[in-house]
Amino acid sequence: MNQFLQSWIERSRKRSPWIFHLNTGGCNGCDIELLACVTPRYDVEQLGIRLEGSPRHADILVVSGPVTRNTERALRTIYNQMPDPKAVVAIGSCPASGNVFIGSPVINGPLETIIPVDVYVPGCPPRPDAIIEGIAEAIKTLNQKQPKEINEEARK
Amino acid sequence: MSQLNLIQVFIAFLIFPGLLFALPMGWMMMWLERKSIARMQGRIGPPFFQPFFDFIKLMAKRPIARLQWESNIYTGLALLAVGANLGALTLLPVFLNSSAGVGDLILFVALAEIAPICWILAGFASRSIFGQVGAVREATLTIASNLPFITALLALASAAKSLQMSDLVTQPALPVRLLGLLALLICLPVKLRLNPFSLPNAEQEIYSGAITEFDGARLALWELSHALEWVMLSGLVICLACPWRSTLWWVNILLFGLGCLLMAILLTTFAAATARLKISQASNLFWRWGFGVSLLALIVALIPLGV
Repeated sequence: MNQFLQSWIERSRKRSPWIFHLNTGGCNGCDIELLACVTPRYDVEQLGIRLEGSPRHADILVVSGPVTRNTERALRTIYNQMPDPKAVVAIGSCPASGNVFIGSPVINGPLETIIPVDVYVPGCPPRPDAIIEGIAEAIKTLNQKQPKEINEEARK
Repeated sequence: MSQLNLIQVFIAFLIFPGLLFALPMGWMMMWLERKSIARMQGRIGPPFFQPFFDFIKLMAKRPIARLQWESNIYTGLALLAVGANLGALTLLPVFLNSSAGVGDLILFVALAEIAPICWILAGFASRSIFGQVGAVREATLTIASNLPFITALLALASAAKSLQMSDLVTQPALPVRLLGLLALLICLPVKLRLNPFSLPNAEQEIYSGAITEFDGARLALWELSHALEWVMLSGLVICLACPWRSTLWWVNILLFGLGCLLMAILLTTFAAATARLKISQASNLFWRWGFGVSLLALIVALIPLGV
């Protein structure tokens, strides 16, 4: 019975990933490409993906932009507000390496020094189909996350 | 007045039109809403089992650490909303002759109003600014929309000279019935928080409104309550719109189900075709036009009574 339930839970997680989108000081190029994913041409809703407004509802955190000094605290708060199991997708070159902003005194990135990242989608900006592929990769990691009984950090 | 039969009430609560019927029906209506909006926008839309998968996934999310009282209030409000909606569903007069269908109109209105009140309380309890704005908007719109809603039910009740749901279906004359149903129809989008009255859960302004802070299983309960609300409110209009009942029980169930799906398509088309109103415009609309139509229904109902 437990096994049966578990298999249904894992199936549901794969078929209903809700994403929360956070721009940590990027140029807006990746955000426009991400929004193209929900338009009729790409229509990610057929994969069950829904763009959520609240991190409490989301399964996957999609981050674009190098992490600037001003957005670092917001990033940490939002990551901790998400209930487990959760995954993080870094969109574009900025969260991966800092891109052209590398060496700037106001950049606290790259992203992986602040929160754990599951999937990188390279490009400046990446194409919408690459973003969808990245989210699909992140879905696969959701079921392998170590079960944490309760998320104390998320109380904030 | 017939006696309430306990077994029939339990069957109505758990099987039809209660839990066992309303759960898949509500999910189907929510899927139909998303799918038809997607088709109208030239998209493909979510697969058929999407609301079911969403529900299972949300139930399986691990809970966020909260204070004990906070946790209790969140879960309690969501459960109360689900229970009240199921109770209201139980009273729908789908079969006129069954004693479980002899629901009292006053009890129905009371149960149907519990879920919005829970939603408002949930918004304030979450202490999130988005939740509070959503709760205030919901409160304003609930008052504005309940005026025509209850006046229309009152008109139908005066025409039927009874406060029993099954008499409301059979008794009222055509003019009162049409005007009353029109007023009820105007109230449905605001009670389901659909466009153009999607102010309390306006996703581009205040995220999810009152339930912004809700996570995992509690959010799943709110989604469930919303699904039941869909069936309950469209079921009410369908039951009152059609006074004809078949002698075969399965024909009644089939017609009720088809009617609900038809209502879902109608409401969704209206939602897709309109843009969100301002709060002042929305409440003006109900205080003037919605109340006007229902008041007309009441006057038409009262004229033959010689009041």
